[in-house]
Amino acid sequence: MSILVHKDTKVIVQGFTGKEGTFHSQQCIDYGTKIVGGVTPGKGGQTHLDRPVFNTVKEAVDATGATVSMIFVPPAFTADAVMEAADAGIDLAVIITEGAPVKDMMYAKMYATKKGMKTIGPNCPGIITAEECKIGIMPGFIFKKGPVGLISKSGTLTYEASNQVVKEGLGITTAVGIGGDPIIGLSYKQLLPLFEADPETEAIVMIGEIGGTLEIEAAEFIKQNITKPVVAFIAGQTAPKGKRMGHAGAIISGGQGTAQEKMEALRNAGVHVVESPADIGKTVAHVLGKK
Amino acid sequence: MNIHEYQAKEIFREYGVPVPRGEVAFSGPEAKEIAQKLGGDLWVVKAQIHAGGRGKAGGVKLAKSPEEVEKIAEEMLGMTLVTHQTGPEGKKVEKVYIEEGADIQKEYYLGMVLDRSSEMPVMMASTEGGMEIEEVAAKNPEKIIKVAIDPTIGFQGFHGRKLAFGLGLSKEEIRPFIQFAEALYKVYMDKDANLIEINPLIKTGDGKFLALDAKMGFDDNALFRHPDIHEMRDLSEEDPVEHEAEKYGLSYVNLDGNVGCMVNGAGLAMATMDIIKYEGGEPANFLDVGGGASAETVAKGFELILQDENVKSIFVNIFGGIVRCDRIANGILQATKQVEVNVPVVVRLDGTNAEEAAEILKNANIPNIIPATDLADGAKKAVAAAKGELQ
Repeated sequence: MSILVHKDTKVIVQGFTGKEGTFHSQQCIDYGTKIVGGVTPGKGGQTHLDRPVFNTVKEAVDATGATVSMIFVPPAFTADAVMEAADAGIDLAVIITEGAPVKDMMYAKMYATKKGMKTIGPNCPGIITAEECKIGIMPGFIFKKGPVGLISKSGTLTYEASNQVVKEGLGITTAVGIGGDPIIGLSYKQLLPLFEADPETEAIVMIGEIGGTLEIEAAEFIKQNITKPVVAFIAGQTAPKGKRMGHAGAIISGGQGTAQEKMEALRNAGVHVVESPADIGKTVAHVLGKK
Repeated sequence: MNIHEYQAKEIFREYGVPVPRGEVAFSGPEAKEIAQKLGGDLWVVKAQIHAGGRGKAGGVKLAKSPEEVEKIAEEMLGMTLVTHQTGPEGKKVEKVYIEEGADIQKEYYLGMVLDRSSEMPVMMASTEGGMEIEEVAAKNPEKIIKVAIDPTIGFQGFHGRKLAFGLGLSKEEIRPFIQFAEALYKVYMDKDANLIEINPLIKTGDGKFLALDAKMGFDDNALFRHPDIHEMRDLSEEDPVEHEAEKYGLSYVNLDGNVGCMVNGAGLAMATMDIIKYEGGEPANFLDVGGGASAETVAKGFELILQDENVKSIFVNIFGGIVRCDRIANGILQATKQVEVNVPVVVRLDGTNAEEAAEILKNANIPNIIPATDLADGAKKAVAAAKGELQ
């Protein structure tokens, strides 16, 4: 078991024939992901990476039965692509693109929600179910199969955490990079119950960062609804106020969104909060009684 | 990206958000000329810097004659203004805004930001005009009235009424206030703003609402479709090193410590700063060199870090994914040839081909490159090196 995606999930790629789209689609195919085709307007009828190319998402869905779309289209057209996927009946859009305007994503997410389509990202590494299905840009080999679910705002910190977990002799069920933009799709609150319900997931790692209140909302949710152990790290304990730290959403504004307040809220919810990012793996092993 | 008050007011005028008449000046005589042109018997000279708290720091002054405007402008231009938002180093005043005096009857606060919880823009109003909104939020949160505006329906009368009645406005004042707020919403949406603050918004003796101050920030991701806004960027307001980094696609923020950091990925870069602190050191910077971490970006990273004279050691923390660590190791070696690195460099490479990378660094035998095995080991060594306790 796993959450959201598995070995039989059929995936199309929007922005399939572009440089990024091509490179990462090939990596996903090599990992074993069922990439069944792609969409590039104007290139319909062609074949790319041995898969059919379609002009529209609707055509691609009708022809292939895909339920998930991985989106690589440039920032100015990202919202359009997301809304097209929602309109075509896609269940889940994984938006890799970095730099999409916040206003565009606000409209795109509202429309996706109305159409019942889930989204992950934008500006995220994607989602991976270990040794089954990789939909994104993460290095697949780091994610060995095991009992830990992972939710993270940061790409490389996801790899770091998974690597630590694997070094402890454990592994990952599904890892979701939710992205660090001000408006994102699925977040902790929506993903935590999926891991809670997944029989293979025994512990959950949650990686947050400064800015916004998603981690605080997650803490409240965990307190009420989550029985599995949760280990958390919040990046940016040393970040200055008012400065954007790489991610557009990673900014402490008006004294709100500090790492300290998030850590405290999570601790109060019974979460195992680590202060050092080097202690994530060890702490997971500890809560699972492996050490 | 942020802009100056005078620029924000230009945008306000374009959208029919009422502001007092005024113009920007770069010299004393120019300031005097503007005052004469504006006419009247009271003017305000306002230092144009990207920071709040100017009034208390002496950056906003009243003048009763065009000659006085000139004198004040001359004093202000070139002075370094230190406010609670500039940091102790302050900001140099390079332009002043000359504005007609206003008949202030009452001061309010009006602002807009993206509310990340409701995922909609929210308009906030308060009767505590002139005060820091953060302070009001902390002490009297009930004095802030908030309305989230669903962009699919846009600004409606009820949004305006909720704010107006919340502020306790009289029947005659409600209509002009709502018109003001609606125009402001349009500015926010049309220009892809991420922040607007009017503090104070004033009610004049004749019952009009005027934006006495104006602060605007924009979504950097949307600047590509607003060349006019992009042109308003004032590089003298930005850290030159941060701007230099941006030109190379790197993200850099200067901090106070002495352990330089070079990391791939924003989250890991923040985590690296955190672990340096955790191990007893102080990070000198945030630096995300991006997923690629090529020889060029690493070389540029060294250059940026070494511009800060406080740096006593550098912690290179790269998690190689799609880009293999052996290639990154070679990149680091190449970079050390391009840039003279005269402090210890602790290198932690993990991920794809990490062992080959360790071998490459070892064989290169460069005395100030110190390999580390993992995140904690790297942080400990970098902190020790900065304190001169390593080697």
